Amino acid sequence: MRALDHKRWRDFWKMRGQVLAIGLVIAAGVAIYVMSLSTLDSLTLTRQTYYRDYRFADVFVSLKRAPLSFKERLQEIAGVEQLRTRVVAAANLTVPGFHEPISGHLISCPIPGVTPLNSLYLRRGRLVDPGRDDEVVVSEAFAKAHNFTLGETLTATINGRRKILRIVGIALSPEFVYQLQPGSLFPDFKRYGILWMGRKALANAYDMDGAFNDLLIKLAKGTRPEEVIERLDRLLEPYGGLGAYARREQISHRFLTEEFRQLEQMATIYPAIFLAVAAFLLHVVISRLITTEREQIAILKAFGYYDRDIAFHYFKLVLMIVSVGVGIGLIAGFWLGQNLSEIYMDYYRFPFLLYTLHPRIVVFVVGVSLAAAGLGTGGALRRVVKLAPAVAMRPEPPASYRPSWPERFGLKDFFSQPTRMIIRHLGRRPFKAALSVIGIALACAILMVGSIFQDAVDYIVEVQFGLAQREDLTVTFVEPSAYRALLSLQRLPGVDQGEPFRSVPVRLRFRQRHYLTAVVGMPEDSVLHRLLDENLKSLKPPEAGIVLTDQLGSILKVKPGERLTLEVLEGKRPQLQVTVAGLSKEFIGVSAYMELSALNRLMREDNLISGAYLAVDESQLASIYKALDEMPRVAGTVARRHAVTSFYETMADQMLVFTFFIIFFAGVIAFGVVYNSARITLSERARELASLRILGFRRLEIAYILLGELAILTLVAIPLGFLLGYGLCAYIIYSLQTDLYRIPLLVEPGTYAFAATVIILATALSSGLVGWRIQRLDLIAVLKTRE
Amino acid sequence: MTEAAEAVFAVTGLSKIYDMGEVRVSALSGVDLTLFAGELVVLLGPSGSGKSTLLNILGGLDTPSAGRFSYRGRDLTTATDRELIDFRRYHVGFVFQFYNLIPSLTARENVAAVTEIAKQPMTPEEALALVGLKERLDHFPAQLSGGEQQRVAIARAIAKNPAVLLCDEPTGSLDSKTGRVVLAVLERINRELGTTTVLITHNAVIAAMADRVIKLADGRVVGIERPSERLAAHDLIW
Repeated sequence: MRALDHKRWRDFWKMRGQVLAIGLVIAAGVAIYVMSLSTLDSLTLTRQTYYRDYRFADVFVSLKRAPLSFKERLQEIAGVEQLRTRVVAAANLTVPGFHEPISGHLISCPIPGVTPLNSLYLRRGRLVDPGRDDEVVVSEAFAKAHNFTLGETLTATINGRRKILRIVGIALSPEFVYQLQPGSLFPDFKRYGILWMGRKALANAYDMDGAFNDLLIKLAKGTRPEEVIERLDRLLEPYGGLGAYARREQISHRFLTEEFRQLEQMATIYPAIFLAVAAFLLHVVISRLITTEREQIAILKAFGYYDRDIAFHYFKLVLMIVSVGVGIGLIAGFWLGQNLSEIYMDYYRFPFLLYTLHPRIVVFVVGVSLAAAGLGTGGALRRVVKLAPAVAMRPEPPASYRPSWPERFGLKDFFSQPTRMIIRHLGRRPFKAALSVIGIALACAILMVGSIFQDAVDYIVEVQFGLAQREDLTVTFVEPSAYRALLSLQRLPGVDQGEPFRSVPVRLRFRQRHYLTAVVGMPEDSVLHRLLDENLKSLKPPEAGIVLTDQLGSILKVKPGERLTLEVLEGKRPQLQVTVAGLSKEFIGVSAYMELSALNRLMREDNLISGAYLAVDESQLASIYKALDEMPRVAGTVARRHAVTSFYETMADQMLVFTFFIIFFAGVIAFGVVYNSARITLSERARELASLRILGFRRLEIAYILLGELAILTLVAIPLGFLLGYGLCAYIIYSLQTDLYRIPLLVEPGTYAFAATVIILATALSSGLVGWRIQRLDLIAVLKTRE
Repeated sequence: MTEAAEAVFAVTGLSKIYDMGEVRVSALSGVDLTLFAGELVVLLGPSGSGKSTLLNILGGLDTPSAGRFSYRGRDLTTATDRELIDFRRYHVGFVFQFYNLIPSLTARENVAAVTEIAKQPMTPEEALALVGLKERLDHFPAQLSGGEQQRVAIARAIAKNPAVLLCDEPTGSLDSKTGRVVLAVLERINRELGTTTVLITHNAVIAAMADRVIKLADGRVVGIERPSERLAAHDLIW
């Protein structure tokens, strides 16, 4: 091995602490990049394969009822390649041993042997025998939540009739990768299940003989969904069409797409921060190394080494450090990627996972790491080239210091000599000090991001369930019913309070924008279920006009006072102009609200209600559930609070993992920056500090000079970190906004406290390590060496 | 040594001015001299007399502000950086007051660092044997005494078989006994290998071992002497 290689390996080993600190920062960036992008690639590939093999539809539409013969008419629409009619129904489910209401979504099951649109991936068992009316295939998420095995039974109340169904298969569908009950905040696999039943049996139970109420369409290549949707909507109008929508508006697909976007964003912002910090650390460490070795560089030049050879020698050292980081990062990223994909599999129900790590990801991240290293060390390497050997051979002149600005402003007498040393040392290299501060501040910022999601979810739940949706149960009727249906609910023992609501499917149009949603009518004096204004004060539904959620307002770009078109999609299907009376604050959902009787007037209907919100005595829940289950009119009951609790349970694990990684990674940055900064200060000033020791300073006093500097850097960095952190949180929250949900930007005092605490701990740890080196400072040896 | 010997360095009117912002320091002003093949020359003068500047220019580490100098008839005044590096790489060996060894390399590796880029070097082991250190090949600088470190530095300088050996205060950091050992090594190299050797010192005693003594003061040559009797390094006393 060449002599310089020996030197490099030994330098490398000598600075292993710093190498590790920098390597870990690089590794964190690389790992996050590889993890998120490989997961993204894998999920994208998985989704693509799944959609293709299981023939996920392009256009979807629900309707009231159309005869099967109408299918041929629809088939003729230009651009329709394939079409599948289905019967879909809502049902109340009862599972032995589980005493809460379960909402079921029943779909007609494909016939064995054909591969229709939205085919089923059978995990276990078989499809329903078309000739039988008591068999059912259940969704895997639901089956897992209840530990169903084949052959078990459950009871479904369909259209008021109870039916015992035997599970013959457990399946997944591309339609329900994200299995969320419409209108729900969070997925609840225990209380919401998808069931596939024999078509004939379902049609019988739901008065759909020879008819269908749901349609899936596969488009011919190159067809724009909008064209087909327009035709469909017109053709289906007489059949109670609820508005066709394209795949990009399909709920499961939309959630997935959102998730993919977030992964992509995660793959950009975090690695950028980590690699920037790594570049800075490399800059500091390599600059210092080159300063320390200026005489060695000079001697090599004196002996005839070419500039580029020496620069390359140091560059190879940088490469070695980067390799450590990239190596650890790639392995960790690969491992984390697989695990993250597994975690996603808990939320998103794919039948299989095709985990891939595309070479382009590796090539790119290696390239970017090298670029960052080059950026960080380019200046130092240029100094190697420029270093004039004759000059470098002479000892470096004493560093030039000057009184710091607080001293110049007459505060000089307030500072002890050691304090002056600290301040002047910082003042001598303000740029370096500033970069250290920024590095620590970035770590602080990343730490803050760790807890904003938890805070946001807490806040959403608090607002949504504490202030707005204060009911315990939501009961939905099979069909809009007369007002007196409310009375039968209010009379149930244990029901303290009941408020009616009416829900009408509509399409809202404003200028060229439109949106499919529902208008919810509620009484003016609602107490349980309330609208909130932007200050979270109760907002009464107005006597005239419509209230939109702020989210819906911004989707349609409509302001209060403007008029929009309301196309009702049921009953007499009136088209009306209504004035936007106001906007209500909601984090999830894009509904519109009206006063109940105003809505009914608009519909030209009597006092109809779609269901009721109930406040109940918790101790009587079981009997209430039982009573509701026996009411044929009741289509479904949702206990929101329970759903939230179960969501929290699932989320807690994931949050814990996420928070742990954020803390670990940010800790790595904080530690890397502080430790390197301390080590370099120690090496720069070892001689000075040893001299002071010889003059009789105690170790603690010496430590003060060195660590005091770190303390100042940290204390300046923390408030800056708070600012950066707030900005980072705002950016991340901003980029997470979708029309599916809106995450509030909340940075709680606890978040600041937590970030500051971790930073201070990281500083303390690095200080401890450097302090240990001060203890071992060899006074004689230090004075002998010539700086 | 006769005047007929080949001139290795020819220097005429050499000046060097350092521009230190507001002040201009004249380190050398109008130096003329010729150095011949195989001779051992001592540059004697107090600190600040310009010895090191002259040595650095001769070794291609620095460039003059005015005047000319040539190496074996080749004008190096206008040489490019690359030419100066090649000149140092293949023709010059340096020894410095503070040894300037690379601390992370062993004695053998320090020498190898130079032999690896030379044209016809001796092996590091041979070079170290020449300075009497063949027993300490694998010691790191920190494990060697000052005199040993300086001998490693000399081995490193001579291992490439340079035509000239430029030594800047090689005994400046050593006690007199160790200094004599180091000087004896230089003397032996000069005698056995015929390497033209330039030795800077402010210690007048050392001048006694030279073929010629060139005295410098305030950046000028103030005298060139040829000692009547050249003493062996071992007989020097200071």
